[in-house]
Amino acid sequence: MTFTASATVRAEEFSAPGPGIFDLPGIAGSAVTKPMVQLVLAAIIIFAFLFLAARQRSLVPGKLQFAGEGAYNFVRNSVARDVIGGHDFQKFVPYLVAMFFFILVNNLFASVPFIQFPTFSRASMAYALAGLSWLVYNAVGVAKHGPIGYLKLQCVPSGVSPVMYPLLVPLEFFSNILVRPVTLALRLFCNMFAGHILLVLFSTGGLYLIESGGIGYVAGPLAWVLAILISFLEMLVQFLQAYVFTLLNAMYIQGALADEH
Amino acid sequence: MKSLLILAAGDEGHEPSPLAVEWIEVVIALVVFGLLFFAIRKFVVPNFEKTFTERTTAITGGLEAAESKQAEADAKLAELEKQLADARHEAARIREEAREQGAQIVAEMRETAQAESTRILDHGKAQIEAERQQAVISLRAEVGTLATGLAGRIVGESLEDDERQARVIERFLAELETADAAGKDA
Repeated sequence: MTFTASATVRAEEFSAPGPGIFDLPGIAGSAVTKPMVQLVLAAIIIFAFLFLAARQRSLVPGKLQFAGEGAYNFVRNSVARDVIGGHDFQKFVPYLVAMFFFILVNNLFASVPFIQFPTFSRASMAYALAGLSWLVYNAVGVAKHGPIGYLKLQCVPSGVSPVMYPLLVPLEFFSNILVRPVTLALRLFCNMFAGHILLVLFSTGGLYLIESGGIGYVAGPLAWVLAILISFLEMLVQFLQAYVFTLLNAMYIQGALADEH
Repeated sequence: MKSLLILAAGDEGHEPSPLAVEWIEVVIALVVFGLLFFAIRKFVVPNFEKTFTERTTAITGGLEAAESKQAEADAKLAELEKQLADARHEAARIREEAREQGAQIVAEMRETAQAESTRILDHGKAQIEAERQQAVISLRAEVGTLATGLAGRIVGESLEDDERQARVIERFLAELETADAAGKDA
């Protein structure tokens, strides 16, 4: 109780981290910001790892190749093949592999010392990938069924009496065409944004408590322990968001390719 | 940390919404992702897929090869066993044949030898008989002449008459033979 009391007493000194912490200035006065550098760094890391692992092409893989194959096969088999299935999945494997690892590494940057910033807490970058996903699954559907056939596939539910169409068709259109990219982008962005803001809050709050002395010498380190625990939770979230984003991409593509649904 | 806080505090007034669209970031994200996608499609996926295909073919090919080898070995074994059985039969047959042939050869030889010995015996007998006959004939003629001459001289009686002479000689010889035979019997 004394803890809350002292916190309220000094509340005017402590400004909680807000959306402003995501507005990083350009490096050395240029327009290039840290998340932009992170995007490029992630791409380089991913490509170097996969390329070196794939290059060996040994029938009995070494450590690096085994790791690379495990990572590649995780997306190839448990996302692309299991969701899209059939003979169609192979041509989406490069897209899904790139998507998964691009998001994963950029998310993990939030937990990498000295980087410690989730790239996709910049909403615009999440918009970019979500918009791309929207283009890809719609293009795949239109290429397969034609524009009319595809719209019919996505908007007219089968096995429903035509009486319900005036109600269901706009709803289906709304949920399958309009909402999907928004939810994709917001899910990724919000998780990264909230996770990062939570970590900053616990870290700076802990520092503030220790500086304020008294009960803060106990509460501050406790906040830091919590921050560490939250970091582990965040790593799980970072992985899950990359997985969910990729999995939903695969499901949307599968839905666009399906003959009936 | 302090600088961050100061920064956050400083921006408090004209802070843009975190949801605002920064077009430069959208474009950079798309470009970087696009480059990564093409690089992965060109350099990573084909290599992995080729490795997987090769591995699959190597494993299934190895299994198939082993199976065919096994089948081949089984066939060869069966063939060899069959050949061995054939060879045994053949050997038994040849032994049997040889035994029969041996027996036949022995029998033939025996027969030939028998015939030869019989022939030699017969020949000998015939020769002896012929020689004996010849001796008997010449003896008879000579004994007749001698006896006649002797008797003529002793008796003084001319026995020039051939017919009688012959009769006498025959009688004499017959007596002689009878006596001879009697003597032999005795």
